[in-house]
Amino acid sequence: MSAPLLEVRNLIKHYPKVKAVNGVNINLYPGTCFGLLGPNGAGKTTTVEILEGIHTATSGEVLYKGEPVASNFKNEAGIMFQSTALQDFITVRETLMMFAQLYPHNTDIDELIRRCNLTEYLDQDNRQLSGGQRQRLLLAIALVNDPNIIFLDEPTTGLDPQARRNFWDLIDSIKAEGKTILLTTHYMDEAYTLCDEIAIMDHGKIIAHGTPEELLAAHFNDVILQMPATDIPNVEHLPFAVQMKKGLIEISTSDVNKTIEELIASNISLAHLQIRSRNLDDLFIELTGKALRA
Amino acid sequence: MFLKRFFALLSARNKEFLRDKSSTSWNIIMPILIVAGFAVTFTSDFSDQYKVGVFSGTDSDHAQNTNVSTFLKTKHIEFVEITDIEKAIVKIQRHQLDMLLDTSQLQYWINDESPNGYLVEKILNAHGESGLQKQSVTGKEIRYVDWVIPGILAMNMMFSALFGVGYVIVRYRKNGMLKRLKATPVTALEYLSVQIVSRLLLIMAITIFVFYGTNFFIGYAMHGSHLSLLFVFALGAVSMISLSLIVAARITSEETAGGLLNLISWPMMFLSGVWFSLEGTNPIVQNVAEFFPLTHVTAAARSIMIDGAGLLENTYHISVLLIQSTLFLLIGAWAFRWE
Repeated sequence: MSAPLLEVRNLIKHYPKVKAVNGVNINLYPGTCFGLLGPNGAGKTTTVEILEGIHTATSGEVLYKGEPVASNFKNEAGIMFQSTALQDFITVRETLMMFAQLYPHNTDIDELIRRCNLTEYLDQDNRQLSGGQRQRLLLAIALVNDPNIIFLDEPTTGLDPQARRNFWDLIDSIKAEGKTILLTTHYMDEAYTLCDEIAIMDHGKIIAHGTPEELLAAHFNDVILQMPATDIPNVEHLPFAVQMKKGLIEISTSDVNKTIEELIASNISLAHLQIRSRNLDDLFIELTGKALRA
Repeated sequence: MFLKRFFALLSARNKEFLRDKSSTSWNIIMPILIVAGFAVTFTSDFSDQYKVGVFSGTDSDHAQNTNVSTFLKTKHIEFVEITDIEKAIVKIQRHQLDMLLDTSQLQYWINDESPNGYLVEKILNAHGESGLQKQSVTGKEIRYVDWVIPGILAMNMMFSALFGVGYVIVRYRKNGMLKRLKATPVTALEYLSVQIVSRLLLIMAITIFVFYGTNFFIGYAMHGSHLSLLFVFALGAVSMISLSLIVAARITSEETAGGLLNLISWPMMFLSGVWFSLEGTNPIVQNVAEFFPLTHVTAAARSIMIDGAGLLENTYHISVLLIQSTLFLLIGAWAFRWE
């Protein structure tokens, strides 16, 4: 494996009453997408904003290309915050040009506009953009300086499913160029689709770290059988434990055949039976004990 | 690179202001309406009472002359203590004082062209000849609108500077725009310079437009150099923009910023000599007014426009404005936070 582009060593950020980040260690390798997951208040945004240079750490070390982060880091980093207002009364084109002129080196602006699908809106006032258009513009701004490393803090929050899928394609294309991405998100499907490596944070600490597949394999060896609760009138008579979720009964098992045989033996209809693998949602709840979008 | 970033931000900020039609038009229309209102209201004499300057010299015993002491008790005449007799004579020439009374030398001055002067003289002599020696002066009247216009222009600059910079920076901080800029190579100094230059250009453009626009219709006194006036206004604008940078340095709430800006602007508006002369007011008020940039811009602009004074005659006001600008800028830049 090549040397990390960004190394974070024992990062700590304490506020007077809160330990927001409490000893975080991560490495970001060139050309990969690293997902930082965690419930609200876990310390994700604080961690990312320290790496971006927005906040200073109480202690710890951040190395970029093996050296402590210096002022020129801003020239090589692209940043998309969780929420950013754009200047009113100026157009998409003017906004992009303004940000482009803040950096010594730029990407091909026409290509950036095409790739972020902004061509139709170039002369539109920032105030008139929809949620998806706005997120694409913010991503374009993050890419305007042709960065080596890109920080995306919950980039698809608030977008409709189609806009999210489009955004994922965009991030995939950036990754394909060999850019390094640090992504924070509440959406586990997003993390699973986009990230090569993920870390789950809670209470300011990394509580799990690895590729999505590694983490799922390390924590689960079962699958979930799901059936409508109405199909099992006498749940208490079943020979195994079940969980109720929104009108569905979930049965966790490592031996699917045996479980199905037992359901048949109990005269339960399998007409609506669904079997699913464990996913990052399950892992997240298992590790943090919290609902994903709490 | 500094200039490239500077002009990129300057251009965006200027476009934002100029395209915000409600804000732009309000900045232009408000001073025009005020000036027009005063011109219509005060085309005739402003004073509803007589104003007499009293110079006592070393003699404070007015009772030496019975008629003088009776005159000094007359109701509906405002008696103002005079310390500089030469300046007071200029005010007689301009009809700003109806009479100047020198009780130590037993003489008085009136403007032969002033109806008020004529009437006050009649009142002085109502109980027989006063025994005071009459001195006559002549001079064209300075209307209230001539007197008030420099202050209105300066006051409009003040509101534009304080709210146009201070309030906007707080709004940008609150909505995350400043944080986004912090993530770029832009420095705080570059950003603040843009705010100052952008607002200065807009203030000067609007002030020039309002000055010549209203002057075309009303035709007020302008005896001094236009360049000197431009310099004083520009310096005053920088001073007040810098003051707004201090207000906006760390506040994150628009409500707090609005309250604080009002707290600064309202006393300045009323106690900087924009609407009435501070002569004869409580000395505490006069001392407080010395700390307001608006006081010095108004005084310097007024002396240029009405007295035809130059920059040299306004060394004191210009020096105060320079010191205030530097001080406010340093504090504003030191205290500035992106978030």
